[in-house]
Amino acid sequence: MKPGTYFMDGNTACAEGAIAAGCTFLASYPITPATEILERMANRFPQIHGSYLQMEDELASIAAVMGASWAGRKTMTTTSGPGFSLMMENYGFGLMTETPCVIVNVMRGGPSTGLPTMVAQGDVMQSRWGTHGDVGVVAYTPSSPQEMFDLTIVAFNTAEKYRLPVVLLSDEMVAHMTEKVDIPPEDKITIVDRKKPDVPPDEYLPYRPEEDLVPPMACAGEGYSVHVTGLTHNEKGYPTVDEDTQNILVTRLIDKIRKNYQDILSYEEYMLEDAEIVVVAYGSASRSAREAVNIARGEGIKAGLLRPITVWPFPEDRISELAAKGIKAFVVAEINFGQIVYEVERCSEGKCPTHLLPRMGGSIHSPEEILERLMNINEFDTEEVYS
Amino acid sequence: MSIRKSRNWFSPDYMDHRISKETSFGLHPLDDYLKKQRIPHIWCPGCGLGVVLGAFLRALKNSGISYDKAAVVSGIGCTGRVAGYLNMDSFHTTHGRAIPFATGLKIGNPDITTTVFSGDGDLFAIGGNHFIHAARRNVDFNVICVNNFNYGMTGGQAGPTTPSDANTTTTPFGGFEQPFNLSSVAAGSGAVYVSRWTTYHVDAMIKSMGDALNKRGFCFIEVLSPCPTGYGRKAGQKTGLDTMKYFKENSRIENGADPASVSIEPGGEIVVGRFVDRDEPTYQDKRWQVFERARDTLGVE
Repeated sequence: MKPGTYFMDGNTACAEGAIAAGCTFLASYPITPATEILERMANRFPQIHGSYLQMEDELASIAAVMGASWAGRKTMTTTSGPGFSLMMENYGFGLMTETPCVIVNVMRGGPSTGLPTMVAQGDVMQSRWGTHGDVGVVAYTPSSPQEMFDLTIVAFNTAEKYRLPVVLLSDEMVAHMTEKVDIPPEDKITIVDRKKPDVPPDEYLPYRPEEDLVPPMACAGEGYSVHVTGLTHNEKGYPTVDEDTQNILVTRLIDKIRKNYQDILSYEEYMLEDAEIVVVAYGSASRSAREAVNIARGEGIKAGLLRPITVWPFPEDRISELAAKGIKAFVVAEINFGQIVYEVERCSEGKCPTHLLPRMGGSIHSPEEILERLMNINEFDTEEVYS
Repeated sequence: MSIRKSRNWFSPDYMDHRISKETSFGLHPLDDYLKKQRIPHIWCPGCGLGVVLGAFLRALKNSGISYDKAAVVSGIGCTGRVAGYLNMDSFHTTHGRAIPFATGLKIGNPDITTTVFSGDGDLFAIGGNHFIHAARRNVDFNVICVNNFNYGMTGGQAGPTTPSDANTTTTPFGGFEQPFNLSSVAAGSGAVYVSRWTTYHVDAMIKSMGDALNKRGFCFIEVLSPCPTGYGRKAGQKTGLDTMKYFKENSRIENGADPASVSIEPGGEIVVGRFVDRDEPTYQDKRWQVFERARDTLGVE
């Protein structure tokens, strides 16, 4: 797309971000509120010689994405909660086999079919623990159409750099909101490609990691006879049934994210320097939170906002630091019955109270609602924080 | 602890130790196609999978397709383990999803000759929906289905192809579900090439697999195969040889037979042969045409 300033909705911005990131393969199944991404791609892919597949279901969509990633493509699938539930199977396969791709989940009200056309943020823990087994994951939470564009590119780069399926955890409000989006010229966009092996096939060990714990990736058709399996596998990629190999492999898959935490982590601080009450909010909820902080400051309340951009990995060090600094309280505003609040509680280690402002989905918090809690924080003791 | 190591049946180290390189490698004409250090395989004595794999590798060798440009995708189950023994790009994917994975692989890189190698349970129970849609799209790859009438890997449970009266571990008093006629499902869903053989029909199977490797479009080959450990022991076929004799005595070759008429009835005749062989534009061909037309209107970025 031509560089410039556009008036664009979040889903369209996401599609354009994917194209800018080098995505040439998309496999999806239509689902509200994510459908516009694949509609945009269906219109755009002939122009960029991309391959677009509308699959029979989400199980197939993500499986096709895995296959195309091993064919050397940058790949993406798009969905919402019900489809994301179906994708958990190959999400785990992708994490186990270290297959780079991007999964866009535009969150809507759940559980089950829930509120298809309305906002929620109930899939945060699902993106962390939804697939079986122990995993290290990365999930970004955009809070504007501009970030739908920017973070889609970042998600592709992280997927390629660390070889894993990365989740773009958007929500209905951000996806359907139309705002100003700046599309920079191509040379201003950073693109990362997966590492390729620099040894001949007979010396190549497909799952021997380098220092960053990421192994170089040979794809199909490149002469390396790659073998890929979701079974526990050794450095050669062969399945083995023993606990030592399991220990080495799974530890590395988790450490790959844990030890590169500082590189992957992303969050925004707003008026935190002297803040006594810190609001933690992400995605569309962070927009009301920011406004609440602005009004509170006008009222003389020292409030600030910490907005995780990566919910996974979570900015745990920063939360610990703030708690240790002796702030009055954390207020977590999220459109669910409390998911990230547990992370905040864990990281604050009881040094300050953590208040949850839950919302079941259907709409975002109003700034006034958050403001009310900020203004009356002393009236809530720790036993009442979930009221 | 050393005891744990000694239980490590499937580790390559263990295999290297058990079979010396001098005595076991370089003896077979298909060695180049196999990851030799992964042999011996895990399949039971009397299993037909070795026959089907051997036939596929001979067909691949005869076709002249370089194994650098061929890929095999498997699902889960005994047949799913085929991918792990091949010295080529091979993918052992999730249960039932070999076909959509292969769809992505083939469309992602059309230069790779792609074959899905999986079992009847993987392809037609958990993966049934993907099968009919890939056939409908006419994506250019081959599906080899080893049909052993049961779930072998988990110990002999009834599946979508188990004959309706058969005793299995999950139908201990006899079955009561109608099985799929796989050839008919494939033909009805749009496959451009459909054939059925048994492990007794090795030469015909090799030729048929060669036809499929050289044909564009969605090709389906069903191979009936013995499973003495899972299915056979309860079906009066306690050894692989018993099933081979059954195949020999009960099969009839009829090329061009109507796929709807070739269902496998208990105790009945098994019709084998090449049932469908027609030419249709593939998914890739049709998409290219449509996208070219779109590019004429939209321009190219």
